[in-house]
Amino acid sequence: MPGITKNRVPAVEGLFTVDEPPHLIGGRLMETGGYCFPKDLGGADPGAPDGAVEEALLSRRGKIWSFTNSVYPPPPPFVSDEHYQPVTIAAVELEEESMVVLGQVAPPLSVDDLSVGMEVELVLGTLYEDDDNQYLTWQWRPVDIGD
Amino acid sequence: MDEIAILGVGMHPWGKWGRNFTDYGVHAARAALDDADLDWREVGFISGAITVRCGYPGYVAGSTFARALGFTGAQVASSYSACASGATALAVARGQILSGVCDVALVVGADTTPDGFLAPNAGRRPDDTDWLRFHLVGATNPVYFGLHARRRMELHGATREDFALVKVKNSRHAVHNPNARFTKEFGPDDVANSPVVSDPLRLLEICTTSDGGAALVVASMDYARSHGVTDPVRVAGISLVTPTYPDPVIDLPYLATDSSSAVVPAEKGFKESIGAQVYAESGLGPEDVDLAEVYDLSSAMELDWYEQLGLCKEGEAEGLLRTGDTSIGGRIPVNPSGGLGAFGEAVPAQALAQVCELTWQVRGEAGRRQVEGARIGISANQGLFGHGSGVLVRR
Repeated sequence: MPGITKNRVPAVEGLFTVDEPPHLIGGRLMETGGYCFPKDLGGADPGAPDGAVEEALLSRRGKIWSFTNSVYPPPPPFVSDEHYQPVTIAAVELEEESMVVLGQVAPPLSVDDLSVGMEVELVLGTLYEDDDNQYLTWQWRPVDIGD
Repeated sequence: MDEIAILGVGMHPWGKWGRNFTDYGVHAARAALDDADLDWREVGFISGAITVRCGYPGYVAGSTFARALGFTGAQVASSYSACASGATALAVARGQILSGVCDVALVVGADTTPDGFLAPNAGRRPDDTDWLRFHLVGATNPVYFGLHARRRMELHGATREDFALVKVKNSRHAVHNPNARFTKEFGPDDVANSPVVSDPLRLLEICTTSDGGAALVVASMDYARSHGVTDPVRVAGISLVTPTYPDPVIDLPYLATDSSSAVVPAEKGFKESIGAQVYAESGLGPEDVDLAEVYDLSSAMELDWYEQLGLCKEGEAEGLLRTGDTSIGGRIPVNPSGGLGAFGEAVPAQALAQVCELTWQVRGEAGRRQVEGARIGISANQGLFGHGSGVLVRR
């Protein structure tokens, strides 16, 4: 609706920053330096019994490890309506963190636009909205696509 | 590892029957008891594999089945480890037998499943990765299968035609299996004409969910001999392994892998370690195996298992498939039952159904899907959240 600006809020709090440029909020094991995502839901390192994790913003750029899509609407708790468009999904390798993170690919890109090894960066996209808010999630977008 | 005997196996055919899961479990249990020529009252321990989709009776599956068969005062336990539940229930029974708690145990799993995608429990649960992956990404189970299939194409040159060929092969096997849900033979064009679900995988290449039940009667070797079974089929190894940190392979239900930045990943990946444990317990290796039943949640996943079980080297699975080595009549038939592509998944029954098939095969009772001369078979699967599952059955 022209003239009305909705609030941009994360669909789930605490997993990514909504400032520009956005970052995933991961965790970093204070004992070893190993990373995890999300911060509080990573698997523990059995060699680091203390387990203390500090917040760490993860790299915004990585390379596509693999990609696919969901042609049919995923079931709840995914939010979709009759206008569902297939979601494209990529698993992205972050070099410094030496880990792979899932995420949607920014629409309208499809699997035909992607290849393994392609460099992508983190952006924010709208997952669903109501009268007041746009609910955001993180998405991967190829770097050479531009703005 | 000490062995136990498989005295009887039984199944309720897979399908979409819409009845209470208890019916399928009891049907399978009675079939297994008949096969073993045993009265239910001889069973000292009943080991149930849990279903989470059928209310409280499903959570206490062991006692639900025991009551439906008639309570006898036997001991009971119920196990849940998602798709690995059947193997866990079998391992619990083995422990009871080998520790001398009982001579004979009955292991049962059954499920009644809803249509469509498997989905997390209701409610907003942002501290649960299974909930987050659906809500924030739309990452259904087939999404992970698609990621792995695409990765296989990239690393090993697999093609869409290879993936379709897995379905074609397994559908040919299932034609001869009266317990399979889908017994139609599919050709490459049928697969190619089915809609894409998660690229590159099509509808006919992704396992659906089914109703079904499977049961095993297992016993100590001494009991088997005293029962007149001098050369019983044996369970020679069971694997219930977890992954080893850091696991560098993205898998459901997670949003990210562990990080390998501080610790180097183990030489064997999680899925390789499932087979390795089975081989270590049984003192056997891939070269000894005559057939395998593997978890083909997708057509492409079956190819991964060829390598992860050591049936061929990494990158050689497509060659093994194309030459017909994994078809019945080939060097190392895989999924002679038809696999999950022909069954659809009845979660707590599936690992037990694999053992039923291996048992029929090594007994030489598999009819027109018989693997000639089969004496040793291995099964492999994996339960959500890090549950390995594998069983080695030998004659």
